[in-house]
Amino acid sequence: MKIRAQIGMVLNLDKCIGCHTCSVTCKNVWTNREGVEYAWFNNVETKPGVGYPKEWENQKKWNGGWVRKASGKIEPRMGAKWRILSKIFANPDLPEIDDYYEPFDFDYGHLQTAPELKAFPTARPRSKITGERMEKIERGPNWEEILGGEFSKRSKDYNFEGIEKAMYGEFENTFMMYLPRLCEHCLNPACVAACPSGAIYKREEDGIVLIDQDKCRGWRMCVSACPYKKIYYNWSSGKSEKCTFCFPRIEVGLPTVCSETCVGRIRYLGVLLYDADRIEAAASVPDEDLYQAQLDVFLDPHDPKVIAQARLDGIPEAWLEAARHSPVYKMAMDWKIAFPLHPEYRTLPMVWYVPPLSPIQSAASAGALEMDGEMPDVHSLRIPAKYLANLLTAGVEAPVITGLQRMMTMRCYMRTKTIEGRIDVPLVEKVGLSVAQVEDMYKIMAIANYEDRFVIPTTHREAAEDAYDLRGSCGFTFGNGCSGGQTEFGLFGKIKKPAAVPTVKEA
Amino acid sequence: METVNNLLFGVYPYIALSVLALGSILRFDREQYTWRSGSSQLLRRKQLVAGSVLFHLGILVIFVGHLVGLLTPIAVFEYFGVPHMAKQLLAMIAGGIAGVFGLMGALLLLHRRLFDARIRKTSSFADIAILALLTVQLCLGLATIPVSAQHLDGSEMVKFMTWAQGIFSFQGGAAAYVRDVSLVFKAHLLLGMTILLVFPFTRLVHMLSAPVWYLNRRGWQLVRTRRDMTQPKRR
Repeated sequence: MKIRAQIGMVLNLDKCIGCHTCSVTCKNVWTNREGVEYAWFNNVETKPGVGYPKEWENQKKWNGGWVRKASGKIEPRMGAKWRILSKIFANPDLPEIDDYYEPFDFDYGHLQTAPELKAFPTARPRSKITGERMEKIERGPNWEEILGGEFSKRSKDYNFEGIEKAMYGEFENTFMMYLPRLCEHCLNPACVAACPSGAIYKREEDGIVLIDQDKCRGWRMCVSACPYKKIYYNWSSGKSEKCTFCFPRIEVGLPTVCSETCVGRIRYLGVLLYDADRIEAAASVPDEDLYQAQLDVFLDPHDPKVIAQARLDGIPEAWLEAARHSPVYKMAMDWKIAFPLHPEYRTLPMVWYVPPLSPIQSAASAGALEMDGEMPDVHSLRIPAKYLANLLTAGVEAPVITGLQRMMTMRCYMRTKTIEGRIDVPLVEKVGLSVAQVEDMYKIMAIANYEDRFVIPTTHREAAEDAYDLRGSCGFTFGNGCSGGQTEFGLFGKIKKPAAVPTVKEA
Repeated sequence: METVNNLLFGVYPYIALSVLALGSILRFDREQYTWRSGSSQLLRRKQLVAGSVLFHLGILVIFVGHLVGLLTPIAVFEYFGVPHMAKQLLAMIAGGIAGVFGLMGALLLLHRRLFDARIRKTSSFADIAILALLTVQLCLGLATIPVSAQHLDGSEMVKFMTWAQGIFSFQGGAAAYVRDVSLVFKAHLLLGMTILLVFPFTRLVHMLSAPVWYLNRRGWQLVRTRRDMTQPKRR
């Protein structure tokens, strides 16, 4: 047993209102630079839909993630090392920027500088790559917002597999949900495995997966290998970039920017303890066992044996304490209402999702709800359980149904408690929970106080660095000492032209 | 005339090689963030897949051929009894085929770089210049084949080997070996040295980082730790 700790995240989709505040604040902090205008380390998709980039879930097309071979061993879907290396001159599995979208801005300057005209001046779009006029915007980062576009296109969504999808194209039966996505900071990352330079690595202390910007040579294999398409190639710097889990904030005990600014309070951050020796085995089980196998990698932070071993493995006391109060552990492991996104990619993702409850489908037409005892039947929810299972448990419905039932039970329990003044113990026990657990669920999921959502211990840098050596140093740079971190001097091939400024007036 | 020949083929090689070595080391040390392949596949796939594969495979064969062909001591060939004529024929045929492949690739890439708006606008001067230089060099290299065909005995080739080995072993007067060769060879040599000269200032540096070591990496995952690995683990 080799115990490591990781800061994991849970997103409660039941409360996501699709406001994109997470995406916008993330962009303002991390990707408002030339070369990554098209990149959204965090984006929010409307499901069902093909997403961003187009059809990212279709691994037959992009070859992301891992496959289990006949021998029971896993290897990247891109192939063995020599096959990955053979794609180095031209990578057949690499999306083109149009699969994301061509980044653009508008001629806002024209609104101020236009002469007097018969019609109002307009701000027309201009490409951020070429600086040229774009007559038609073909795609954007949120192209299918709230079921935008034809059902025939959106229904290419991979999660419809095994579902008679035609009926969901009808207005009366349609359903939707939001899916905010970011790097999963996987336990078994395919991007790390596919990087020929060895520039991508997982941090042992907190599990954050990062790209060493100095060591990256731009071979772009990681972009293909990541099944979530959450590594972006910066076309200006020629390096790959990805979500950093806001590590400078996490290190000092602050939540990531997306979590901090989430107005729906849907995001949770907490420590998980896992056994690094179990990762390979857990990633190699057959599809239907993947969800359970992933759960088994995590260790009970209350178990004295685990605590003793964790101390031996060098995990600080504050982290063990945080692990015992981790909202992520409670939701994913204890109550089992949070699930990994697409466990069938075998990367063991560490961003977990609470599936959304949805309006009862037949209630309006039938005039009555289908009831399962005192509770509405989760099978009659508008979003098909199979769809959620395809998204969250590799197609196995039972865990998703149990999760939804538990969430609904919490609501019924609290309604009975506050309105009738009665504690309904049998209701709670029917779904395998205790009254204390449901009360805790209510506190963490419904009230969702800041200190309950974010339980983040600070990084103990003092154990690794001598602060005396760091005094007067220059903080973050691109490896060239204190020279400002900018390489604008054009000797080594940096583009000297300024980025296309969308204020050029047309003749 | 003698002086010019000496400057171009006796002194210039040392300038080019020094800039190549020192420039690459300095850039790697100071500006490693700029050390990358500079792929533009994300922006435009068209013409890149065929162009890049043809170009790289062609260039690699030619590169290895030049390295082995020029720098293997002549005594080694004599020891193994390889006649110069056979070696020259091999160089002409293998180099010719690889050169045609490389040139086709280079033309595809150059056309794409110059006439595709996305690629043109995101190219630096060095990106365009180095591709143009390599294309011209491929043409010059192919143009030497008919000239070589007139000296099938390999005598001209031996001059280049002696010259290159003379340069690398710091023998004075190496330039004299190539004084009387055909003009097309001289142009090819000069442009070749110029490419070495500008090498550290272009994206060509990515070839020094060719990730062949990846094949030898054990396992799939990489973990980095802040813990001081030189200290024994706290037990």
